Amino acid sequence: MVRARDLFATVMLSGIYGLLSASFFILMDAADVAFTEAAVGAGIFPLLMLTVLTSVGRYEAERRRVRYLPLFVMVVLAGALFAAVLQMPPFGAVDAPSHGHVAQRYIQDSPAEIGIPNMVTSVLASYRGFDTLGEVVVIFTAAVGVVVILLGGRPKTPQQSTQALMAEHKVLRVVGKMLIPLILLFGLYVQFHGEYGPGGGFQAGVIFAVGIILYAMLFGLSNAQRVVPLGVLRWLVALGVLIYGSVGLANLVVGGEYLNYSMLASDPVTGQHIGIILIELGVGITVASAMVLIFFAFTRATRSRDELEE
Amino acid sequence: MADYYNYLIVVLLMVMGLYIVMAQGNLVKKLIGLNIFQTSVFIFYISTAKVSGGTAPIVIDGAELYSNPLPQVLILTAIVVGIATMSLALALVLRIKRAYGSVEEDVILEQDKSC
Repeated sequence: MVRARDLFATVMLSGIYGLLSASFFILMDAADVAFTEAAVGAGIFPLLMLTVLTSVGRYEAERRRVRYLPLFVMVVLAGALFAAVLQMPPFGAVDAPSHGHVAQRYIQDSPAEIGIPNMVTSVLASYRGFDTLGEVVVIFTAAVGVVVILLGGRPKTPQQSTQALMAEHKVLRVVGKMLIPLILLFGLYVQFHGEYGPGGGFQAGVIFAVGIILYAMLFGLSNAQRVVPLGVLRWLVALGVLIYGSVGLANLVVGGEYLNYSMLASDPVTGQHIGIILIELGVGITVASAMVLIFFAFTRATRSRDELEE
Repeated sequence: MADYYNYLIVVLLMVMGLYIVMAQGNLVKKLIGLNIFQTSVFIFYISTAKVSGGTAPIVIDGAELYSNPLPQVLILTAIVVGIATMSLALALVLRIKRAYGSVEEDVILEQDKSC
């Protein structure tokens, strides 16, 4: 990966690396995380990288010799870290300190308190709901940042190039046409099944976005923008955060604490259920539209550059 | 030593990623290095969550021991936040390319010196 001068190969390798780390996560019992990593590491990340490569060029400049100072620093750092990790509890230890405290409580009480089998979802959406709100705001901010950096301050370029990136590949188009509805449907399933199996707003948002990005790559940006216009996407990115925040405020209105959903219904467990479904919906909307918006911004930025050069 | 192999992998990936960030001149490659570094932290968290003999933290009949859900939640959101911030970095790379005509560190520094 370090040696290859062909950046295309590097990006493909990092896609494979993403898929491999997803399988690590499955082996270590983290089904939800593996889901996310597979969709992000092997889906969105290489797609974004490839879009950037169309602008920055496929090959990097001739490399100079190996740099010895960083290599030396890294060897020393690796030695120090190895010495440090030997103090850590062994892999898989049942009595590791990190499994005490709140983790025990989540495992023992969350099925009764929240009433859903997937503990990861109940911790994510309910116990640590405030933390997750912060994460969603970060994603929102990043999407706003990308739009400002790439599309801000320039007059809107007329949409001349309707040519899709991969328009000439018939096989890809046919296979894509069959797969895209399934991907979108699967995204919805993951969204609304997140309480019972692995899944939830983050994974569903990414999967849904991959479906739309695939559509944009196969059938052209202007076609994809007819399905989901940029203006609508901008609203959707904000709408998701708004839904999340308003659920919190709704709790205050009915007399509960911010993001504690127990008061939303007469029965606390039902209340938790309603709250989690709503905020997962908010997360899904923001994540999906942020990813699609970022991709559209990238494609437009690289496209208009090429037009300038011509 | 066999009980610590997960940390071994994490440390190796971490220094590899950091080395790429420091030694490579191409900004896209630096970001890929940063991505590897980030993934090593993910693997570190998830590996500390694993309990031998445990199962994924989704309630099923007959399971007594579950892996720790808390690090999984942290990393799940970190992955999606990671790709969002990564795309912000990529957007900056695109702007640098537009302003300097290159994404090689040497060329950019050279241009900065000459003006």
